[in-house]
Amino acid sequence: MDIFDMLGPIMVGPSSSHTAGAARIGNMVRALLGEEPVKAAIHLHGSFAETGSGHGTDRAILGGLLGFKPDDLRIPKAFDEAKSAGLSYEFDTVSLRDAHPNTAVVEVWNASDRHITVQACSLGGGRIMVNKIDGIDVNFNGEYNTLIVRSQDEHGTVAAVTSILNQMQINVANMSLCRHKRGGDTLMVIETDQHIKGQYVAFMRDLPGVLSLTYYDKEEEVFDGNT
Amino acid sequence: MATLDSIQDILNQVEETGKPFWEIVLDYDMEERQVSREQSINKMLYTFKTMQEAAESYTGTRKSVSGLVGGDGLKMRQYAQSGQAITDGFISEVIIEALSMAESNACMCRIVAAPTAGACGVMPAVLLPLYRRNDYSEQQILEALYVACGIGAVIATKASIAGATGGCQAEIGTASAMAAGALVNLRGGSNQQIGHAVAIAIKNLMGLVCDPVAGLVEVPCVKRNVIGALNAVSAADMALAGIESRIPVDEVIDAMGEVGRRMPVEFRETALGGLAATPTGKAVKKRMFNQTNN
Repeated sequence: MDIFDMLGPIMVGPSSSHTAGAARIGNMVRALLGEEPVKAAIHLHGSFAETGSGHGTDRAILGGLLGFKPDDLRIPKAFDEAKSAGLSYEFDTVSLRDAHPNTAVVEVWNASDRHITVQACSLGGGRIMVNKIDGIDVNFNGEYNTLIVRSQDEHGTVAAVTSILNQMQINVANMSLCRHKRGGDTLMVIETDQHIKGQYVAFMRDLPGVLSLTYYDKEEEVFDGNT
Repeated sequence: MATLDSIQDILNQVEETGKPFWEIVLDYDMEERQVSREQSINKMLYTFKTMQEAAESYTGTRKSVSGLVGGDGLKMRQYAQSGQAITDGFISEVIIEALSMAESNACMCRIVAAPTAGACGVMPAVLLPLYRRNDYSEQQILEALYVACGIGAVIATKASIAGATGGCQAEIGTASAMAAGALVNLRGGSNQQIGHAVAIAIKNLMGLVCDPVAGLVEVPCVKRNVIGALNAVSAADMALAGIESRIPVDEVIDAMGEVGRRMPVEFRETALGGLAATPTGKAVKKRMFNQTNN
């Protein structure tokens, strides 16, 4: 347990699950896209759909997409901030099966029309979980450095990626592998204790069989006591 | 290895190590997050500064998105300044601060969750008025904040600090217990007295349901911060007077956990019962739903 969960997080109100967690979902989607988003379609489910407006869930997710952390005072003005940043957006509500009550499906596009769809939920206290990326089940929470590798369902890809991690002396904390169907796309999620340098991320991206690779560097704390 | 498994567990470590209560919590943080003593203290200092800034930035002019909340902290301040208030002095300050901070949260200002965003007014309501009167140094306040964190961690482990799991008693009740313990520590009370203050604070809010109108952290949350803060002050004073809780503090926390687990789901943040289910509460919900979907 982190004692700063008792006095913290430092956040823009009113709700750690519906506001702070929502901002973190937006941050996560931005990181997964890896580039500045120019268009977003945000679908709110469950309690997010019912109470999202009153909790500022919509503005928090949008603010997160713009790179605002949960304590950023620009979150209440996220609609205006999005306009001046050139991010177009739309919101609607959805009804998902078997999803956590605080769930959002966020579609984002970059300037060259590359697109990802992320389903994530807010668990309370500002903690989140990513549930799906482009329709494939995943489960990670952004509390570790996370490598997301989309590859062809062929032998050897897992070994290739993990052997590079081994050479870099990076320890795998958690790992999962899911495929859409046999011979189709596979999604590998690897959570690591250490940061992975950009040059190694680029190297892994060029491995045979790897279709795309995203690296989420663990969110730096608002204040970690180091300065 | 410092642990925060129960209040008695902390008191045992105080006995074994000869360190004060707050340093056991500091040790725990250093081990848990792998940080230095200085890093931990700096983070706590930053947290306290943020709390102060949040209090100073309150103007009383903002309204929440729903329009249900805003301006009551200012109203209370003006009334207190008029000299007409039944409560005066410190108690008036506590009420003003609790309302103001909880409103700031509802109005999307930056706050420190303590332990939750909905209960963020309780701790600053009791600590900031004392600090402003220069009764206490920053170091003393820091020590009190560590004590509060230790109490919160014990409750989170043994019971719950989430309204969705344990009702409002888990949020405002926990905040009140943290604040009561912090006050006893500030006043130089004994570790046993910290335990009694925590026990009394929780006992007096046990069973409080979480019934937010339209599911928003506004009604009745803002005003419940006031009762959490006042309850903390009275529990701390009772403990400091030598009044004891007949039920030991860890048993009280366990009982609160049990009450939370057996609480019907309608009274655990679902906005299906209590004030949320009144005709007026339902009308607000309908209005907010239309606003979201238009």
